[in-house]
Amino acid sequence: MEKRKTGTKMPELERAVPLKVESNGGPMRFFVRFTRSQRWLHAVLFTTFLGLAATGLPLRFSDSFWARGLASAVGGFGAILFFHKFCALALTVAFLVHVKDIFSRAFAQREKGIFWGVTSMVGNWKDVKDLFGHLRWFLGLGPKPHFERYAYWEKFDYWAVFWGMIVIGFSGYAMWFAPFFARFLPGWALNAALVIHGEEGLLAILFIFSIHFVNTHLRPDSFPMDMVVFTGVESEEEFKEKRPMEYERLAKAGKLESRLGEAPATWFVTFARVVGFAAIFFGTLLLILTLTAYFF
Amino acid sequence: MEKEDGRMAQAARRETSLGSPIHLAVWLAAFLLLATSHSLLAQTDCLACHGDKTMQDASGHSIAVDGNVFHASVHGALQCNDCHSDIKAYPHPDHMAPVDCKKCHVDEASALKDSVHADGAEHPCTSCHGNAHAIFPKLDSRSNVYPLNIPRTCGSCHGNEAMAKKHGLQNVLASYMDSIHGFALSKEGLLVAANCQSCHGSHHILSHKNPLSPTYKTNIPATCGTCHAKITAEYERGVHGKAVKAGDLKAPVCSDCHTAHAIVRPTDAEFRMQSTPTCGNCHKDKLSTYHDTFHSQLGLLGGYVETARCWDCHGAHEMLPASDPNSPIAKQNLIKTCGKCHAGANSSFVEYQPHVNANDRKLNPALYYIRLFMNVLLISVLAFFAIHTLLWVIRSRYDQIKNGEEKDGDKDA
Repeated sequence: MEKRKTGTKMPELERAVPLKVESNGGPMRFFVRFTRSQRWLHAVLFTTFLGLAATGLPLRFSDSFWARGLASAVGGFGAILFFHKFCALALTVAFLVHVKDIFSRAFAQREKGIFWGVTSMVGNWKDVKDLFGHLRWFLGLGPKPHFERYAYWEKFDYWAVFWGMIVIGFSGYAMWFAPFFARFLPGWALNAALVIHGEEGLLAILFIFSIHFVNTHLRPDSFPMDMVVFTGVESEEEFKEKRPMEYERLAKAGKLESRLGEAPATWFVTFARVVGFAAIFFGTLLLILTLTAYFF
Repeated sequence: MEKEDGRMAQAARRETSLGSPIHLAVWLAAFLLLATSHSLLAQTDCLACHGDKTMQDASGHSIAVDGNVFHASVHGALQCNDCHSDIKAYPHPDHMAPVDCKKCHVDEASALKDSVHADGAEHPCTSCHGNAHAIFPKLDSRSNVYPLNIPRTCGSCHGNEAMAKKHGLQNVLASYMDSIHGFALSKEGLLVAANCQSCHGSHHILSHKNPLSPTYKTNIPATCGTCHAKITAEYERGVHGKAVKAGDLKAPVCSDCHTAHAIVRPTDAEFRMQSTPTCGNCHKDKLSTYHDTFHSQLGLLGGYVETARCWDCHGAHEMLPASDPNSPIAKQNLIKTCGKCHAGANSSFVEYQPHVNANDRKLNPALYYIRLFMNVLLISVLAFFAIHTLLWVIRSRYDQIKNGEEKDGDKDA
């Protein structure tokens, strides 16, 4: 892990320098799925998202029995808005860095396939077929689809967050700097901003803390946590099983070795596991509190 | 309460010590009078026996009189049998008629007659004025009815839970002592601070249900206005004041918003927190729409008192409808009103609706459809993925069990 430099480049490019494989010793090989900056992006995303949820929910459900307690746990009523805005700024920076990254990959590095193709986040016909194929498999009506680099639910997660950040971010800044935004927005837009901000935020919270947690981490094939977003690498067996189409494509092209990575350090896995479980714990807690606001 | 008692006791001690030079003067005067006046011999005669502090009647009640205190008291110049009028000679009979204060205090007696304290057996004069032989003028700090002592005097009954229950009254002493009036009186010793009798009167105390009572609903603005003249004038110009004057008893008077006894400083967090639901008691639809706004969301979290409450925008006492050009919510005044908190508010900014109802399609169509869209999006996304993911989990687990391989997802580690 420590000395890797290839990790910062895009695995899609498949031009990473092949690493030496210990052919004699380890039968277990690890393949790179996420770059270091992508893992950082996820880390910043989930920490700020947890912070935004923890400080936003007491406002959204301010008459619930836990709102005041949670508000004071965050640091008191005055701290709520401060933390919310602080996390919002951090997330905005991360979002802009990501957008800049996409554009520099697309135009400066001229990376083919970033907007279209098997390694792109943009949805395609195969995703539609995979969705229906997957549903058929759930019901025992067909074989399990062979997924490519990004499966349809992963693309949905990505675009949901992408759209969510634009919508929640814009409505949030409109409220933060209301007199400024009122220079070019009608008055009712300020009313709409709160409705949009609240509902979209709620959707994000409910989705991430239930659907994303289960789809990505808690489902039986990944239980209790898919570590790849923390370590950046996954075992060959897992790679083959979860994304057989990508594996075969790389194998056929003879590019499999260019994606080889190192086994993550034990301390890092432990650290990531603690952080990851803490995130899942707090997310689930917030989800339960949110649900109680509807039923109590 | 204990704190309050302590404070009162302290005040009482202070007053007694202040009184001692007066005592001395009284003693001196008494000596001079003793030498010259014949009429006072009657007092000395009685005090020959009753001056003994341990003196008791057959049933064990003290019948001792402190001559010094009595001389100094407001009745100090009277002879004993001016009040104990059935005593003609010594020795006097064992059983004597109760003293009748009415004989001299005619006005007070007639005021008491139709008051809530009319029952003389339950409310003898001494129940408020204290020891009959130690009655001082009401502006003497030793008096039970000295302004600073009045809450303690009235509170001896009206701060008593059992008594309150028996008469179906509120136990008001504690809330008064914690109120802004109570603090002004007990902490600052302000003689002008409202005490019980400032609002209720003294001998002619009537039930608040009696239209003649100063605490009858329509009389309350005038009663409070005795001190709060400017506020009352503002109130009377506003819609609440006008409605009450027109006989609408549902419209609020001072005590409906400020309470009667537990009045707190309106800028206090406590008052700001409780005030919105108070207005909402009547303005239910307005409270419900306010509730949906950011003002309310942040305000409800407690302590964050800066967020706009009802009267930050509507004004407090001179309540005027938006159609009145003097109203803070009149269209031409909105930039100024919103600008109190939102620096840079412009004409577009003040189009923001602080009482918007997103469920009202006719009134707010844009907002209605935005909310509808967001809700449909939320429900459909969650419903689809809930089913999708549940089926997925079941299917994966089924495969795992069927294949007999227990995966724990640790292989990447």
